[in-house]
Amino acid sequence: MAMTMTQKILAQAAGLSEVKAGQLIEAKLSLVLGNDITSPVAIREMEKMKPEKVFDREKIALVMDHFVPNKDIKSAEHCKIVREFAAAQEITNYFDVGEMGIEHALLPEKGLVTAGDVVIGADSHTCTYGALGAFSTGVGSTDMAAGMATGKAWFKVPSAIKVVLTGKPKKYVSGKDVILHLIGEIGVDGALYESLEFTGDGVAALSMDDRFTIANMAIEAGAKNGIFGVDEKTEEYLKAHGSRPYQAFEADPDAEYEKEITIDLSTLKPTVAFPHLPENTHTFEDIGEIRIDQVVIGSCTNGRLQDLREAAGLMKGKHVAKGVRVIVIPATQRIYMEALKEGLIETFIEAGAAVSTPTCGPCLGGYMGVLAAGEKCVSTTNRNFIGRMGDTTSEIYLASPAVAAKSALTGKLSEP
Amino acid sequence: MEKAKGKVIKYGDNIDTDVIIPARYLNSSDPKDLAAHCMVDIDKDFVNRVQPGDIMVANKNFGCGSSREHAPIAIKASGISCVIAETFARIFYRNAINIGLPIIECPEAAKEIEEGDLVEVDFDSGEIFDVTKDRRYHGQAFPPFMQKIIAAEGLVNYINNES
Repeated sequence: MAMTMTQKILAQAAGLSEVKAGQLIEAKLSLVLGNDITSPVAIREMEKMKPEKVFDREKIALVMDHFVPNKDIKSAEHCKIVREFAAAQEITNYFDVGEMGIEHALLPEKGLVTAGDVVIGADSHTCTYGALGAFSTGVGSTDMAAGMATGKAWFKVPSAIKVVLTGKPKKYVSGKDVILHLIGEIGVDGALYESLEFTGDGVAALSMDDRFTIANMAIEAGAKNGIFGVDEKTEEYLKAHGSRPYQAFEADPDAEYEKEITIDLSTLKPTVAFPHLPENTHTFEDIGEIRIDQVVIGSCTNGRLQDLREAAGLMKGKHVAKGVRVIVIPATQRIYMEALKEGLIETFIEAGAAVSTPTCGPCLGGYMGVLAAGEKCVSTTNRNFIGRMGDTTSEIYLASPAVAAKSALTGKLSEP
Repeated sequence: MEKAKGKVIKYGDNIDTDVIIPARYLNSSDPKDLAAHCMVDIDKDFVNRVQPGDIMVANKNFGCGSSREHAPIAIKASGISCVIAETFARIFYRNAINIGLPIIECPEAAKEIEEGDLVEVDFDSGEIFDVTKDRRYHGQAFPPFMQKIIAAEGLVNYINNES
């Protein structure tokens, strides 16, 4: 029976020769991930289970990234729970302040995820690793606990939407515009319970950082996962990051898809999602003057080196508009260091931006850029829900690093 | 499984986990703390008017967004006995089952049931009965695999029982 890319990965992890959409399976896990918000709940649940040791101390990653360096006493207590658990369980991949990064940028960078893997993470943006040809999906803390204890998880095999990418994107059109455009087309539940499989000759024109951004926001269309096939760029990335040996899966030519969507990358324009849903997308011909108070450039969606390069390219030698607070957050220590070496950090600081140590911080209204009543923010993050970044009357405009940087300079939502 | 019966509190489409429990309260994972702020960003009065046993009804894509299990925990700890929706976001669906918050998909019921209706849900058959309007609906009963998890009152007990 013909299978999609995702179905082939799941079949192998379940030890089955084939699976079909809707089938319930139990799959072996390559990696189980948690962060400082979701892990304390998972640890409490795991303690209730009979096997008190984790299934494999090398196949668990605990990343303190949401509220660290700790924003308050309660967050510090949460990290302490995870830190003590990691020490007691001798978890190899525990990342704390000083070596941490935003989990979904950090894990690929550390070579902890490879093509063909099955990864669950107690964070909805775990779907990011689909960029590497892995099946990865977000779960809750109890699933994480069960995963840590047993090394297995149950899944309902998803059907898929085939997204065929063609052409090459224009300057200042990046992965963020591709995924915002797609979410605008199909809606925030347009891929509910399904895989988004990205294919077509346009994929070759997308960098790995573009692909991470696209797979990252698959969840924003309700998808279970977003996935790309393995090509030369993937191989190069995996090699450069010392990943484990990989397995590249391809969809069968006659695999069944729920539907097929074609996007000609050359026709895409810088795209912005207006409050309060990622599906409320607009391009600049129908955007009037929107004055802004803050810009955030960072997150698991757009805090990678390409994103910082794009933003710094626009901001070099210029200054941010008066009255606009600009916050730049490199996603990992390594990205921060590279940006420093390339002079990008200097560009940001000279332009009047604040640069922070890696953290999820403002994306979820934690700290490092919380919004006051009525304030507007252009953000390269992934969600613009009511109250996501602060007061319930504040507004988030989701956009690419290029749009964010240009807007920072003009003080209003602007096209690069 | 015991039936749920209660008064309906109704919401619309795309109720995300950030409004169910805003991240600024995620520095705690105590169910009581979480329940104290449940739904606050879209319905400040929810915590005052919710009564034990009440049923939450919403339209499509309920629980979208962040994977925070704190969301179903907050709903359950606030006394809600069941959530009925047209559709659920998949991570929320898993999380609700895993922590033992009964949920049921039924587009027709989700559209027609109104705020304040008295509703009864039979999880074994999937039947939803709007007592106020005297209308019956057939929701999707849980597959046997999930019934086992719910019968064990969550995934952790289920795994403990199986091993």
